[in-house]
Amino acid sequence: MKPTRVTNSIRALRFAHGEMTQADLAERIGVTRQTLIAIEQGRYSPSLEMAFRIARVFKVPLDDVFHYPDASEEDR
Amino acid sequence: MTHQEKRAWIMLVVSAAAYAAYAAVILSRAGGHPLARVPYAAALLWTVGASIVASVVAETALGVVNRGESRLKDERDRQIATLGDRVGSSFVVIGAVAAMLMAMAGWDRFWIANVIYLCFFLSAVLGAVTKVIAYRKTFPQW
Repeated sequence: MKPTRVTNSIRALRFAHGEMTQADLAERIGVTRQTLIAIEQGRYSPSLEMAFRIARVFKVPLDDVFHYPDASEEDR
Repeated sequence: MTHQEKRAWIMLVVSAAAYAAYAAVILSRAGGHPLARVPYAAALLWTVGASIVASVVAETALGVVNRGESRLKDERDRQIATLGDRVGSSFVVIGAVAAMLMAMAGWDRFWIANVIYLCFFLSAVLGAVTKVIAYRKTFPQW
């Protein structure tokens, strides 16, 4: 077992979208606020479907929301 | 704390309290005599029954106190529940196998019943602990 390597820009995107609250975003993607907090803090990797729902709320591509280190970064 | 995490805490506290009460009753009855001679059946059934009632009462009270709180159960809740249940169910299997081997070897009924109850207790407690840790810390990736 290992922690997730997926990072995200949800916090920055929320602030860029009218300081959207965690509760608002959680409601829009159909999860609890605690789950959104866990995703935002990198303590939980959402399913692909939920990741797309989050990206769709911000009207950006998935890559602008979630990031995964490439092979060269992983080797370091 | 989500509703599901509170339910895991209830399971943890109730199971631990019920088993501690049972162990205290059995050890106090033993009084230096061999444990296998202690009358255990009524105490075991009462503590199992009381823990079920206590869980139902506590969850009902939780529902009344947090009436406005969301009951939403999302994919993380379901994954954590599955992980906790998987950890817990392994102890049920261990208890069943241990009881089967003890019965074959002719162990006293006291020990067979108690190893099963101990594994039920471990199943409930470790399943609940797994859920609480998964809620509090990083959800593990494989």
